[in-house]
Amino acid sequence: MTAVSLTGVDAETKVPLKRRLKRAERARQIKALALVLPLLLFLLFTFAGPIAGMLWRAVDDREVRQVLPQTVTALANWDGKDLPDEKAYAALASDIVAARASGTVAIAAKRLNYALNGFRTILTSTARNLKAVPEPGTAKEALIKINPAWRERNTWTTIRDAGGPVTSFYLLSALDLTRNVDGAIVAASPDQAIYREIFARTFLISISVTALCLILGFPVAYLLAALPSGRSNLLMIFVLLPFWTSLLVRTCAWIVLLQSQGVVNDSLHWLGIIDAPLRLIYNRFGVCVAMTHVLLPFMILPLYSSMKAISPAYMRAAASLGAPPLTAFLRIYLPQTLPGIGAGSLLVFILALGYYITPALVGGAADQMISYFIALYTTETANWGLASALGAVLLLATVLLALVYGKLVQGQQVTGGMKN
Amino acid sequence: MSDAPSLRTPSQRVAWTATIVISTLVFIFLIAPILAIMPLSFSSGSYLTYPLPGLSLRWYDDFINSPRWMNSLKNSMIIGVASTLLSMALGTLAALGLAQWKSRFKPLVLAFVLSPVVVPGVITAVGLYFFFAPIGLTGSYLGLILAHTALATPFVVITVGATLQSFDTNLARAAASLGASPLEAFRRVILPLILPGLASGALFAFATSFDEVVIVLFMAGPEQRTLPREMFSGIRENISPTITAAAVILTTVSVILLATLEGLRRRNERLKGSEG
Repeated sequence: MTAVSLTGVDAETKVPLKRRLKRAERARQIKALALVLPLLLFLLFTFAGPIAGMLWRAVDDREVRQVLPQTVTALANWDGKDLPDEKAYAALASDIVAARASGTVAIAAKRLNYALNGFRTILTSTARNLKAVPEPGTAKEALIKINPAWRERNTWTTIRDAGGPVTSFYLLSALDLTRNVDGAIVAASPDQAIYREIFARTFLISISVTALCLILGFPVAYLLAALPSGRSNLLMIFVLLPFWTSLLVRTCAWIVLLQSQGVVNDSLHWLGIIDAPLRLIYNRFGVCVAMTHVLLPFMILPLYSSMKAISPAYMRAAASLGAPPLTAFLRIYLPQTLPGIGAGSLLVFILALGYYITPALVGGAADQMISYFIALYTTETANWGLASALGAVLLLATVLLALVYGKLVQGQQVTGGMKN
Repeated sequence: MSDAPSLRTPSQRVAWTATIVISTLVFIFLIAPILAIMPLSFSSGSYLTYPLPGLSLRWYDDFINSPRWMNSLKNSMIIGVASTLLSMALGTLAALGLAQWKSRFKPLVLAFVLSPVVVPGVITAVGLYFFFAPIGLTGSYLGLILAHTALATPFVVITVGATLQSFDTNLARAAASLGASPLEAFRRVILPLILPGLASGALFAFATSFDEVVIVLFMAGPEQRTLPREMFSGIRENISPTITAAAVILTTVSVILLATLEGLRRRNERLKGSEG
């Protein structure tokens, strides 16, 4: 039989076996791809598409262009050095009259107000007081009479810069930057420059929680890896039960424990350690404690598996070669746990960066992380451009860290394979 | 502890004792909050403090008789079961395909399939909010089911994929050589062997949906509020003991899921052990 197939010729079709095998393999590959395809299409619709849509909203800028189309066209060729010419004023007046009729003034006013505080008033007062389209040649005079802001170059550059169809405005705002009247990128005014601080806060909370998880998780992972499997499986329940318990339940539990009439304060009072209740929650302390509690299993599990893979023979070898226990630990054991430390820390850090629920429930106003502001601008103030731009920055940070994580974990698998 | 690693010097014994002490404290830190709120749900008083004035089931009574809480439990179940079924179908097919597919794009596709786990919940939620609102999928069960399926499917792909990796493909070849059609081979040989993996995947998927709150926060109308969503508003407004009763119910579900998963894992290990 093998002899027949090895001749490689099909009696009927005369197609060489090699090609037939290739063809069969290709059919198999197409079939395999067809099985993955439904999920890919599904995720395109329910995940990738929506996120791409959000990213698009971070640069999308068509509100002003839709409401004030003639003005945007008239300003396209304006050099921005002096005030625009009478034609631009006439276009604006005609646009405003049309927008008032269709009730769209507020849309442009809202967008322009993001770029220049007070623009809402300028535009609505102009719309209110502009009775009709002015006679040809008098538009400039008429508009400046209604609101002197139309004599400012800044007012006009704001309209021009918001003319779309795409803008860097929201992305710059998310980084506390803005364009000045000449179009150069400069620092935003202090009352609008709040996002770097929020990103720094998000980073600080995430790094603190990661450090706490590492400090608390390392001894636990070491213990679990060192004990015989029967006992460590039993103790693993202490790690897995919180892991599987609802985030809301755990957050709720910390509020019950830490609030001023809570279990911890009551116990400390009963023991006579404190007279007045300590403020343990709705502040940074509460956020860090609750987040560490939620994320600790994500540190312990990768640490545990990296420690479990370390052969005890290495430590015995170090000892037999005369290394004191501490030296052996620091120079033989610890370096081998580094991939686990890296993977666990990155995982906890990535997850912490996007935290929303826990800080929203146990944090004060000064402890809200970037996700809170993304949610706030989406649902409360409907500043979707800024929400999307902040989301884009957070997504970029997450994706970059996830790529590093992927490389790290992959590297571990490779070295793990080589050891075997 | 007698079965500790070989402890020869006093300093090693001190280090080991310190490890045990610190670990014990961490275990307490991990488990105490969950244990602490449980008895409060059985309190007869309305304050969330110890000692309990007396025991009663009044807060469970409150939960069961509240249309709001019961409706949220029903919603959690509907959305959880539906998104589990959908993610099982999509995830199992994809895992079967990925196991056979050889391409240099495979890591890229895998990263894409798994990315819903890594992307922060708020970003997914905001994207879906913008995307689903114009097509009428916000404030609907379907929208939530689709969104939760996207979040849960990666877990199905991982668990089922891991099971397939340890699956001996020769068994499928043997079935084929003995005359089984591909469908029959799948149903009678492959399926029974990968069933524990499928079950674990389903549990993960259900737990993901059952615990999810950020997307529900953005997308659910008052009619579709789930149990975690109801807890979220409860915690925001004022923590009543009814919330602790809800917490106990949620935790019980988690424990059942975890215990089932552990049982499946043990069964799997036993099966593997008996082979060798």
